[in-house]
Amino acid sequence: MKARSPLVWPLAGLAALLLLNAVFNPGFLRITLLGGHLYGVPVDILAQGSRTMLVALGMTLVIATGGIDLSVGSVVAIAGAVCAVLLEGGHSLGLTLTAAVGAGLLAGTTNGVLVARAGVQPIVATLILMVAGRGIAQLIVGGQVVIISSPSFDYLANGFLFGFPVAPLLVAALYLITHFAVRRTAAGLFIEAVGDNETAARFAGLAATRIKTCTYVFCGACAGFAGILSAANIRAADAYRAGENMELDAIFAVVVGGTALTGGRFLILGSAIGALLIQTLTTTMYNLGMPPAIAPVPKAIVIVFACLLQSSAFRAQMGGLFKTRTVA
Amino acid sequence: MSSPLLEMRGIGKRFPGVKALQEVDFTVRAGEIHALLGENGAGKSTLIKVLTGVHPADEGEIHFEGKLIRPATPKEAGRCGISTVYQEVNLVPSLSIAENITLGRQPGKLGLLSWRAIRGRARAALARLEVDCDVDAELGSLSVALQQMVAIARALDTEARLLVLDEPTASLDEREVAELFGIMRKLRGDGLGIVFVTHFLDQVYAVTDRLTVLRNGRLVGEYATAGLDRLQLVGRMLGREVNAADFSPGAAAIRKDSAPPVLAAQQLGRRGAIAPLDVALHPGEVVGLGGLLGSGRTETARLLFGIDAADSGKLSVGGVAMKIDSPRDAVRHGLAFCSEDRKSEGILPNLSVRENLVLAFQGKRGVLRALSRVEQNRLCEHYIKALRIKTADAGTAIKNLSGGNQQKVLLARWLAVQPTVVILDEPTRGIDIGAKQEIEQLIAKLRDDGLAVLFISSEVEEVVRNCSRVLVLRERRFAGEVTGTDLSTEHLIQMMAGAHE
Repeated sequence: MKARSPLVWPLAGLAALLLLNAVFNPGFLRITLLGGHLYGVPVDILAQGSRTMLVALGMTLVIATGGIDLSVGSVVAIAGAVCAVLLEGGHSLGLTLTAAVGAGLLAGTTNGVLVARAGVQPIVATLILMVAGRGIAQLIVGGQVVIISSPSFDYLANGFLFGFPVAPLLVAALYLITHFAVRRTAAGLFIEAVGDNETAARFAGLAATRIKTCTYVFCGACAGFAGILSAANIRAADAYRAGENMELDAIFAVVVGGTALTGGRFLILGSAIGALLIQTLTTTMYNLGMPPAIAPVPKAIVIVFACLLQSSAFRAQMGGLFKTRTVA
Repeated sequence: MSSPLLEMRGIGKRFPGVKALQEVDFTVRAGEIHALLGENGAGKSTLIKVLTGVHPADEGEIHFEGKLIRPATPKEAGRCGISTVYQEVNLVPSLSIAENITLGRQPGKLGLLSWRAIRGRARAALARLEVDCDVDAELGSLSVALQQMVAIARALDTEARLLVLDEPTASLDEREVAELFGIMRKLRGDGLGIVFVTHFLDQVYAVTDRLTVLRNGRLVGEYATAGLDRLQLVGRMLGREVNAADFSPGAAAIRKDSAPPVLAAQQLGRRGAIAPLDVALHPGEVVGLGGLLGSGRTETARLLFGIDAADSGKLSVGGVAMKIDSPRDAVRHGLAFCSEDRKSEGILPNLSVRENLVLAFQGKRGVLRALSRVEQNRLCEHYIKALRIKTADAGTAIKNLSGGNQQKVLLARWLAVQPTVVILDEPTRGIDIGAKQEIEQLIAKLRDDGLAVLFISSEVEEVVRNCSRVLVLRERRFAGEVTGTDLSTEHLIQMMAGAHE
């Protein structure tokens, strides 16, 4: 029996959701070319899902080491705040972007040191910045929603390149770069080794502490970048709402994408699919005119099924169920 | 002689693939301290678990105070009057002493707790042990020894008539052990039966009245402690008639190399783990590290490999003084270490044979100089063939391999690094005879290739067979070195038991 690619299940989930939408809304999958730009619900999903995809990218590596990063939503807010203050203060775009990603790196380093060096439980260590981070973002913008009026900044989230939205292109490029960076070097092996059995990895001579720290730093950088896209998307820095609940969406994307929360094997491209799945879900509910207040309920139901589909024990049990039925 | 308090008859227990206990009888009388002895895998803990309802027996009967009992859970066993204190103190560190002592059976009405009664009960339980401490103190703030006392107090709070102490002294120092013994004697005087599981023979002779020896899941015998000397006892534990003339000279060639040692430790030690000792490993020799379980063998290996920090002594590698602070340092200096705990310290269970095999080598090369898939496959093919590793292919998850083949993959992991010193802690534990032989052949080959091997094993004959000299440890300190024609099973067992003193 040939081993199936583990990407099959998240892909099947995404396809099923898209199909369901297409059945009830024939125009759902339609893509039109308008004024040289692509429009349509699938394009929207890619554009709006790009931020979650980016955060999920960093989250994937953290989760692969057996950790978790709850602070990403707050880091998104911090990075957005940094962008707003610097751009409105008249600084160049280059400096602004560097500073925003730098803020993410700094946050990631804090998390990494707390988790890997100080041995604080990841959920607790990153909860600190999750809570404090919003306060930091508020401090940076002085408690205001700062409007950003830089066209080149705006282009990052809302522009088009060769008719295609820029943000998903950027994120796709980062995905590919990361994929090759971890799979063409030994980084992927080291991360999976630490996640699968940290003691054994350490005893084999791996610098487990450093490896874990690096994943948090990378995750922070991704969240910083996502903060840029988020601020550019709404042309403002909203320290209160930016990146809200993003950590949960990202964790969900990673898990649906086939990376177990227990650590070890990770699937970078799976996380992208997972992020798109959750964005499709959000878009679907928006299209159905569902009030935002009850939106989490159907979301939760789909999440439960997506997670069950990931469980080989569950699949075996369901298979067994069908088998006994055919016998009976 | 008093009537039996506990009689276990014909106890059998099977786990998937293993007969953990077969036809074991075990008798404890009221008012005696009874040692339960045996090496690794002898079945001591399984017997204790059967008795305390953790794993109900498949066969046999348990009579307690004349009544047939069938404890299915520890709670049921407790209700019968059988209480256990485990090696790892399993209390709640963040709760107070009083809460720990009464946890799960707090006095009170209608779901409301009576704090006065809780404290009173805890004080009474501690007073019985003549332990004086504040019952409101947080348990985690106490020393391990005091926590142990609290665990015993908790066990006594259930009005136990039989107290099982599973290696209670493992983490205590001498004074604390003496205190514990005082309490055990006092409880014996109160008419309790006490089962005492330990690896320390000195303690067996210091405090127990009778002892029962198990080996490979079977009963060896029950003896009066005073009637069995140390040598006889160790012989029974290891399954060898030690008095029989047995002088098989060490099969390994004895090398007296004038070459400087590749790894030398001077007065290396760590408090509570192993007293300072000297170790020197020369190229082309297999040195054994002998001793009974708990004698400090693994602790010594962990110090040499930088897993635990030594608090005394110096290390030199190839004649140059070195500081080895982590396994990473050790690997960089040419050391390799196969842990005795393959599962939790060796394999990456969900990763492939390939990934497991290249891990240490890749770790040494660093993150950027990744081995190409071709190079990885070449390494795997080479070692799968050379060590005859039975696996479907290099992509199979290592957890799907048998224990012996997992061990071979771990050996291959280290050979790929081309180390100069290899430390093997129980490399043949839990693997079948065929794989055992192959691993022994491999050790001989490494020696012939000029590596220094430090070989740790609980099987004395295996040590004699493979080593040219043996450093013997006893009760966490160096007890002597056996070499040349002195290297025989008999002599080694004598040293391990401390019988010549």
